[in-house]
Amino acid sequence: MKNEQSQTTDNAKTDLTDPVFLKELRIQMLKFAVMQIRDESLAEDAVQEALIGALKNSGSFGRRSALKTWVFAILKNKIKDILRKTNRLAEVSEQLPDHADEDNLMLFGTNGRWHVDERPVSWSQPLESVKSDHFWRVFETCLSHLPENQARLFMMREFLELSSEEICESLNITTSNLHVMLYRARLRLRECLENNWFSGGEKS
Amino acid sequence: MMNCQQATRLFSDAQERPLSLKEKSSLGVHAMMCAGCRHFGHQMGTLREISQIYTKGLNTTNQN
Repeated sequence: MKNEQSQTTDNAKTDLTDPVFLKELRIQMLKFAVMQIRDESLAEDAVQEALIGALKNSGSFGRRSALKTWVFAILKNKIKDILRKTNRLAEVSEQLPDHADEDNLMLFGTNGRWHVDERPVSWSQPLESVKSDHFWRVFETCLSHLPENQARLFMMREFLELSSEEICESLNITTSNLHVMLYRARLRLRECLENNWFSGGEKS
Repeated sequence: MMNCQQATRLFSDAQERPLSLKEKSSLGVHAMMCAGCRHFGHQMGTLREISQIYTKGLNTTNQN
């Protein structure tokens, strides 16, 4: 198998020892970890361990994107471990639930229908956006503008892919409570992306 | 008759659990007549796809 590895194929070991690539990767990983752990030094630990794990078991990857996917999968597991061990999951529950009055964020009228200028528009080729660095800056900004609890629950669910059961159990919240919070997070995030990217922001 | 607020809630819930037959059909009827909610429904799936790309660390252009 080793012989079949052509020179054009990147090798994870060389990639991970390429200082420029590694530096950028670390920054990106750290940002991701800090968002979710909210503790710089615990996040550093997670990134460190993930990189060491990656170096130890590095095989070959055709593209750097495959390597990144793999390193981030390791990091995700480290983040989950840390959240469980330090009980940081539980910190969310204190402020739950949010007030119901912000539920509709003024998006809907009293009859429960969209206000005309809040009505979602069609996103053209949304998955083309992911190729743009600018799009990801908008995405991160929108995430950071979510109320804290909503952001954390959204990330636990969509980034760490924790099951509803685990989230509810460790936070001691009901499933319907979780679903309301995720709904609010999605309402806001969707709106923010639409306002700042999918309708007009794209060209700027 | 379902309104947009209820419809969007169900579109979000559909990411979390299978909807009941009754929920599905009333949501279907609403979405048929309401373009805004129809877009919203698609975008729930898009949000998940975008999150997955982000989670794989593929949100930068320096990966090739």
